[in-house]
Amino acid sequence: MPGLTHYLVVSALLFALGLFAVVTRRNTVAILMGVELMLNAANINLVAFNKYVAPGAMQGQIFALIVITLAACEAAVGLALVLAAYRTLETVYVDEINVMKW
Amino acid sequence: MGWMWDVLRAVAGTIIIFSAVAFIGVMFGVLLERKISAWMQSRLGPKHVGPQGLLQTLADTIKLMQKENIVPRRADPLIFASAVIVVPLAALLDYVVIPFGATRWGPLIFRDLNIGVLYFAATSSLVVVGILMAGWGSNNKYALLGGMRSAAQMVTYEIPIGLALVTVALMAGSLSTVTIVNGQARLWYMVTQPVAFLIFLVAATAEVNRIPFDLVEAESELVAGYHSEYTGFRFALFQMGEYAETFAMAAMAVTLFLGGWRGPVLPPVLWFVIKLYALIFVFMWVRWTYPRFRIDQMLNFSWKILIPVSVLNLVVTAFFVVVVRR
Amino acid sequence: MTGEAIVFYVLAAVTLGSALVVVTSGNIVHSAAALVPAFLGVTGLYILLNAEFVAGIQVLIYAGAITVLILFAIMLTEGGTGLGGRQRNEQALVGAAVAAAMAALLVVVATRTGWTAGGGALPPYTPGAIGQSFLGQNILVFEGTSIVLLVSLMGAILIARRED
Repeated sequence: MPGLTHYLVVSALLFALGLFAVVTRRNTVAILMGVELMLNAANINLVAFNKYVAPGAMQGQIFALIVITLAACEAAVGLALVLAAYRTLETVYVDEINVMKW
Repeated sequence: MGWMWDVLRAVAGTIIIFSAVAFIGVMFGVLLERKISAWMQSRLGPKHVGPQGLLQTLADTIKLMQKENIVPRRADPLIFASAVIVVPLAALLDYVVIPFGATRWGPLIFRDLNIGVLYFAATSSLVVVGILMAGWGSNNKYALLGGMRSAAQMVTYEIPIGLALVTVALMAGSLSTVTIVNGQARLWYMVTQPVAFLIFLVAATAEVNRIPFDLVEAESELVAGYHSEYTGFRFALFQMGEYAETFAMAAMAVTLFLGGWRGPVLPPVLWFVIKLYALIFVFMWVRWTYPRFRIDQMLNFSWKILIPVSVLNLVVTAFFVVVVRR
Repeated sequence: MTGEAIVFYVLAAVTLGSALVVVTSGNIVHSAAALVPAFLGVTGLYILLNAEFVAGIQVLIYAGAITVLILFAIMLTEGGTGLGGRQRNEQALVGAAVAAAMAALLVVVATRTGWTAGGGALPPYTPGAIGQSFLGQNILVFEGTSIVLLVSLMGAILIARRED
């Protein structure tokens, strides 16, 4: 029977993978993918704690739903920014996006 | 944990049974499409293979199976091959929550999930990923353009579909498809929710990329859109996914608005099939009657007309459910 | 090993394997396509945790919408043309070390802490119950989220629009 710890370990590994993508990727879209993986890891934690620590309350699932909503917002705004940057600077690589004003 | 095995069994059963049923259903659907189009254009349609051309699609399928599977040289083999599986699989998964009829032992459904309607919206949204993969993986500008158009179109039209689903769920007070059908014992939701019904039909036509919303594979502009580069059995699988999705949308419309399996005298399954094919006929009627939209007209139509109207409809429905019915 | 454990390990393997492809693949479209099985694996974990509604929303939003949005952005920027660009910066080693340290820290914390298991039977997490909780106890969070949604909708349109 997998218990709380199993889910926490999976979530920790997923979070580390997302962190690795955020730190090492050059492409803005790939960085966003890393952020999505980290948010997913957090969600696994929330839902797992909800089931094993406080089964009566629903706060964990409620927060997971809110995180999913905010992830959608973040993806929409982030990708709009990527498109805007690509249009003016013609690059999506973060180390080449180095001007504050064009 | 018994329910979990139930879910897994339901999904596996659906995939196995519906690969068989959908195959036959799709073949019949293709034949129906050709016969109806011929009828509308004062032609005869396929007539030579089998009695009245009944076996024409079977012959076509056998032909397609024998054709060579061509992978373009610069295509991405992994993505090119996996897109073929994603599209029909996502379409077949829709059928888990559709109640086909009722028997003495209860409704005929693979699994009456308590998130049924949400499940349907979720699985049908997965088709887009497959189409986008097919478009990019082919390494062909027509395929890529078709895939991108499809992504824009399907994401746009998912919103009115979702809002129509929510409106019906509000009326029935549940997301379970069986409860929704039972809620229509006295009056079909088509009568009480005509606006939602129309929105669902229009958006479903767009969601399965049929004329007048078939910009994804507009022959005169894009060759065959995202499946330009697919040959032989892979092409057949795309066709199957497309028809399976069309049938799933029609079946969901029957469940949500036309009272599902309910009807007098005749057995429930028969009622369901009659309603299903009536809707399929409407889809085909529209297809052979209207010309194609332009891409900007189509996106504007969803964002500026369908979505505001469905939000308004949702608010009015919520008002009636909470204030008037109480 | 019970059936649930087998399912759990399979789902965890699918999730982490696909996530590994997402973060290491040199081809950004492969990364984006691998997001789908990763998200579906997480969905399976939610179903194992009895959170069916969250699982449905996960498929609808993550696998169906966010992945499509990401693929779309890739194709609007460089998917059609330059896949040859270097995808990783010079910090690969340092980044791997940091990520490994983070994973080690989190795993140690997760395994060493004595979590107090909650008692009582599991209530059915029906959509109705979640809705009641959203519009009852958590109404403020709910409204706050809706404002954030509205603002980000407007912001995304404003940023992505061409100024001409």
